[in-house]
Amino acid sequence: MTKAGLRSKDLLGIEPLDPSEIELILDTAESMAEIGKREIKKVPALRGRMVVNLFFEASTRTRFSFETAEKWLSADTLNFAAKGTSVEKGESLLDTAKNLEAMSPDFLVIRHSSPGVPHFLASRLKTRVINAGDGAHEHPTQALLDAMTIRQRKGKFDGLKVAIVGDIAHSRVVRSNIWCLTKLNAKVTLCAPPTLMPVDIESMGVGVTSDFEEALDGADVVMMLRVQIERGGKMAFPSSREYFARYGLTRERLRLARPDAIVMHPGPMNRGVEISSEIADDADRSVILSQVANGVAVRMAILYLLAGGSPQAWQEKA
Amino acid sequence: MAGEGVTRLLFRGGRIVDPAAGREGVADLLVEEGRIARIAPGIDARDVEIVDAAGMIVFPGFIDLHVHLREPGFEYKESILSGAQAAAAGGFTAVCAMPNTDPVNDHRTVTRWIADRAHEAGFARVYPIGATTKGMRGEELAEFGEMKEAGAVAVSDDGRWVANGTVMRRALEYASLFDLPVATHAEDETLSGRGAMNEGGVSTRLGLSAQPAEAESVAVARDIALCALAKGRLHVCHVSTARSVALVREAKARGVRVTCEATPHHLLLTDEEVARSGFSTDTKMNPPLRARRDVEALVEGLVDGTIDAVATDHAPHHLDEKAVDYESAPFGVIGLETAVSLFHARFVSTGRVSLSRMAELFSSGPARAFSLPGGTLADGAAADVTLFDPGAEWEADPRAFRSRARNSPFAGMRASGAVAATYVSGREIYRRS
Repeated sequence: MTKAGLRSKDLLGIEPLDPSEIELILDTAESMAEIGKREIKKVPALRGRMVVNLFFEASTRTRFSFETAEKWLSADTLNFAAKGTSVEKGESLLDTAKNLEAMSPDFLVIRHSSPGVPHFLASRLKTRVINAGDGAHEHPTQALLDAMTIRQRKGKFDGLKVAIVGDIAHSRVVRSNIWCLTKLNAKVTLCAPPTLMPVDIESMGVGVTSDFEEALDGADVVMMLRVQIERGGKMAFPSSREYFARYGLTRERLRLARPDAIVMHPGPMNRGVEISSEIADDADRSVILSQVANGVAVRMAILYLLAGGSPQAWQEKA
Repeated sequence: MAGEGVTRLLFRGGRIVDPAAGREGVADLLVEEGRIARIAPGIDARDVEIVDAAGMIVFPGFIDLHVHLREPGFEYKESILSGAQAAAAGGFTAVCAMPNTDPVNDHRTVTRWIADRAHEAGFARVYPIGATTKGMRGEELAEFGEMKEAGAVAVSDDGRWVANGTVMRRALEYASLFDLPVATHAEDETLSGRGAMNEGGVSTRLGLSAQPAEAESVAVARDIALCALAKGRLHVCHVSTARSVALVREAKARGVRVTCEATPHHLLLTDEEVARSGFSTDTKMNPPLRARRDVEALVEGLVDGTIDAVATDHAPHHLDEKAVDYESAPFGVIGLETAVSLFHARFVSTGRVSLSRMAELFSSGPARAFSLPGGTLADGAAADVTLFDPGAEWEADPRAFRSRARNSPFAGMRASGAVAATYVSGREIYRRS
């Protein structure tokens, strides 16, 4: 394999990436998406490489998506969930990671509820670290799969109006998306009740409003976020009913967006809280399942590029 | 306290900076039997041990109002001996030890034990601070009178705000009987939620749990109001917000007996440091590093006299305790061995603060805030002296720290100016090699 175009050994977030790196990942993912359409879904690009999936926090989509990507690339995988391991016996995070590193994995894919854990491990381990979500900080692979989905539907980012609506305060998805979309020159507007809008988020180069109609006006992309009731959402609004009345995406509200606007959601959805089922299931508007499919392609691309692969070489090797 | 120097000692040719005595200029300083005997140019040098102080600054020994020595109970983090050695190496001749030990220093037996251990250690003087309430639980007052007799110089439930207003009022009232200051860690926990960092653009970007500046300011405002009501004596620990500084300034103007301290980390670093360091847990302390505008307000308070003292809030933790994720890490950073060089380089060398104001902030100011002896080189005072070499090249090197801990946010920083030697009652307790 030849020298890849990513500067870091790790993928800790979107913040440190430059636009050309993002484009490289998206292009590589686009070329790899085809693997999933084959009858035999396997290429040897990461044969003999080992990936440890280290999930300290519940995850369905992200964990399965990484695992699928790893398997399609022929990597060996180890899955770690905090339950049923030495973590329950009080082993520290660093000791756990160092012990796993002693088994010579090539990658650690880590999900943790505390921001900065991937950075903490990356600075102490030689293994490549991929952030699969750290608290409310970043979720870079989600933002990349979102960008891939937007590019497929809209063909560009420049000047695109993206409204991101919901629990901004507790969302790592929104932070990675802000970095990603603003680096690609899209115009991002955030919308949430003031209780779910973190302070000074304007400093990240986005528009902010608590008026859902205003946010939807002329939007090309409407990204709905899950209201994270388990993370203190309860103090932020009195009831799901009142939340849905003001911030729930309905067909009527969606008319304010551009007629060809797409609706996205990183999942898992709370139907009837932030999004109505009729929109979520509308194949003309909702791209939610494309997001999931693209997730595998993006994760294959990242694993492959971080392993040192050159953008197109995986096909030749195959 | 520390043993008396038996010989006659002459500090020759240094710049004496002693604002409490209204003195600043190059002179010789003669110490006899551990006390300041005379300051004058060209003192006769026969039968004396000479300390060459040419090119150096001779300060009244520095006093740190706020340290955690961790003993008894947490000797794996720090001990009275290692803490007092760290203090000496940092130029401090006296430190005030917070009561959050195990057992809590809420009783004269603990107070006396700490004072005795410090005396045996024989480095910097250690003045115990007693707990405001029994067990620092914020419910019943501790025995201020007995703790004072045993050596306590102030009371504080440091780290825990006395949330019950009536308890705090009674503490201020009762402490006034003994003229003891009540030192407050001002933090309304219903607002702060013990957030890991300051709430602002940086915490938003990093997604960390955060506490707003108002969690401190609200608590400072209440404590000042209660101090006025109780006609007590309040000391606000580690002010870190612009609003807190303004509240203290306004209270002083009204004649309320309030003093306050600021830490080197709050004066030198902003919350951007959390991001810049890549989530280093050595940037996590409480109160947290604040916004640029807060730091600027703190510096104004240094210059205009609102801030009475620079105190380190030296809070040692074991390496393993800090080698965890940011949210889980304990609050606190060490500061004894970096405060003086960093402060001098940032504020004195740049002309923001004069040498005499630095002496007020490190010596006479803290002495006055807690009514401690020292803080001056006046005739007859104990010869507690900090010798500072403004030309020395200095680097914050955690491996060389006397402290048992390494949790400094300043590791690797360089400065011009270093503590050359430290004396307690004329006895050398530190000399830079």
